[in-house]
Amino acid sequence: MPATRSDIIHQLQKDILLWQGFTPPAATAVPVGLGPVEAAFPRGVFPAAAVHELLSETAEEAAVTSGFVAGLLSPLMRRGGACIWISATRRLFPPALKAFGVEPERVIFIDLNREKEVLWAMEEALQCEGLAAVVAEVKEISFTASRRLQLAVEQSRVTGLVLRHQPRDLNANACMARWRIRPVASEPEPGMPGVGFPRWQVELLKVRNGKPGSWLLEWSAGRFCPVLEKRVAQPQAPARKTG
Amino acid sequence: MAQRFVTIWLYHLVTDWLTIRRPDLRQQPFVLAAPDHGRMVITAASTAAQAQGIYAGMVLADARAILPALQVFNDRPGLAEELLQALAKWCIRYTPFAAIDPPDGLILDASGCAHLWGGEAPYLEAIITRLQAFGYQARAAMAGTIGTAWAVSRFGSAHFMIDSGKEQEALLYLPPAALRLEQETVERLQKLGLVNVSHFINMPRTALRRRFGQELLQRLDQALGREEESIQPLEPVQPFQERLPCLEPILTATGIEIALQRLLEALCNRLRREGKGLRTAVLKAFRVDGRVVQVSIGTNGASHNADHLFKLFAHKIPTIEPALGIELFVLEAPKTDALSPQQETLWTGGCGLESPRLSELVDRLANKLGAHCIHRYLPQEHYWPERSARPAASLDEKPATAWRSDVLRPVRLLPEPERITVAAPIPDYPPMLFRYQGQVHRVRRADGPERIEREWWLEAGPHRDYYVVEDEAGRRYWIFRSGHYDGSRPHWFLHGFFA
Repeated sequence: MPATRSDIIHQLQKDILLWQGFTPPAATAVPVGLGPVEAAFPRGVFPAAAVHELLSETAEEAAVTSGFVAGLLSPLMRRGGACIWISATRRLFPPALKAFGVEPERVIFIDLNREKEVLWAMEEALQCEGLAAVVAEVKEISFTASRRLQLAVEQSRVTGLVLRHQPRDLNANACMARWRIRPVASEPEPGMPGVGFPRWQVELLKVRNGKPGSWLLEWSAGRFCPVLEKRVAQPQAPARKTG
Repeated sequence: MAQRFVTIWLYHLVTDWLTIRRPDLRQQPFVLAAPDHGRMVITAASTAAQAQGIYAGMVLADARAILPALQVFNDRPGLAEELLQALAKWCIRYTPFAAIDPPDGLILDASGCAHLWGGEAPYLEAIITRLQAFGYQARAAMAGTIGTAWAVSRFGSAHFMIDSGKEQEALLYLPPAALRLEQETVERLQKLGLVNVSHFINMPRTALRRRFGQELLQRLDQALGREEESIQPLEPVQPFQERLPCLEPILTATGIEIALQRLLEALCNRLRREGKGLRTAVLKAFRVDGRVVQVSIGTNGASHNADHLFKLFAHKIPTIEPALGIELFVLEAPKTDALSPQQETLWTGGCGLESPRLSELVDRLANKLGAHCIHRYLPQEHYWPERSARPAASLDEKPATAWRSDVLRPVRLLPEPERITVAAPIPDYPPMLFRYQGQVHRVRRADGPERIEREWWLEAGPHRDYYVVEDEAGRRYWIFRSGHYDGSRPHWFLHGFFA
């Protein structure tokens, strides 16, 4: 009996996912290489055809969030796709994208004056099937606006990423997942001087039908690498001698 | 197709214009005068004034002696030309080739236009009626050459429609002045008793040339069609242009949309046949009240997709003010590019920068938000960080060099480096701590320095020594010292944030 019961529960969970609009991932789904993080999503696959929300408070957090997003864009754009980056206050330095495996010339930046235009442009861009991803930097997003974006994404299956810097209120919205990326002290190879690979604390605060969690990731060798055991930080000299 | 020209003579151009603006002057004798050699000379006289024996070229004082009640207005140099320009622009609804013929005429190349008005007679009739309705007194003639049309419109008496090939008959009984000759030549001809063209048209050419110069022969040849004569159209005719005259004036947005769709289809078919795509397009609407309103669009890549172009125009249709109605639509493509046929097969597929759907999206965004919002960057061979990327000119521009991947660059770069205060051991160690926006950051790890020299051929200034630093919380920054330690304390700046 217990076997059948678990079967029933399993089947019910699958059905619920279907009713909620989670179609099984297409055969062409791109693995984004997030490793253990992907297990948090329904069916264990990063939902590419969805809108994700990434929060940041400080300028440093905004920078690591941009880095994380660039890391996500690189597998999404691997098949020659283009990306649109919409912002009203852009600080992103295009040549830096190269380090995350993104060809900066394949990114089209749309620099606007008002936030309202950003959301309009994002919705318009998400309806375009010829794109790999759309990134928008926007402070506030209402439930209605996020629902519109989600509907556009379900049609076109383009990945939408909303970077929210210093949001005033964290209202409920229709985004698939809410992320928060924080910088973590890097650790170079033992005995090596200088700054190590970018290392982030990736938090999944909310995820629809998934399990939120927190992971330590590092960007090295052109992919996300989970940092498994936390090594004890060695007390180090403040700076290396150069020259 | 035989060439046909219409010349229009507005023999009271300036005075008619004044009468239109001031209807109270209609029956009054008035003149326009301008100073010439220290006296006022009449430049134009109204019909009522002419009936009193006042004519253009008369000294104003003489005219006042004839008619003390004469009203005088100041003439402005260039006024007549401006009026002609405006009228010629208005005439574009009858033919794309309209030219001015100072001081008081217009020349239209009507080849292949008249059938739209049901024949040459109704065509000429329509022009004259409309001009007279405006209040201009006009005479027009149509002929196979400009010279004959000019002569008949000025001096003709009964027939103003001259068939091609019958120019000579039409000219025979006109005075020599009808040939657009200089005053001197006309006077000499008259002195010799040659008061009609028929008197000298059959004279030996050598005799005519010897006595009256080359000009007479040239004018005669031009009038008879033996010599080609060209006109300078007021607006250069675009190679890609479609016209849609309307039977009834169009007043509604739906009407404009239908007209636009038809024009776009015709233009796109033509572009497709010639393997081209348009980059800019202008829709001109000629209104009944003589004004022209226009809207224009631009695309990022050459396109001949009528649906897409219609969408771009759709945003702008509400800005077209039809007023009393629009009687002619003209769609022009001033800028076109070659469009290779391979791109056509990609019309539905593809997902890269070449994807037509992406360029359509960018066109839509550019037309709504302004093209200045849209940026794309290409690598540039400069070490100076601010100059290491340059904006691309178009969506399909390829990078000339590779992006640098050997050096680490911050994800976020401040547009202006911000001052920080540091504690750093000299000569070129990274700082031990720095203060940015009131917060102290203790540097735990650092890389550098990476010296970047200012490009002296572009600007002068100190070099920068960049360090990648990480503070105790794991936040990574790009900071630099500007210049050397030479006596004074060098300034430190924060320039970016690493991921």
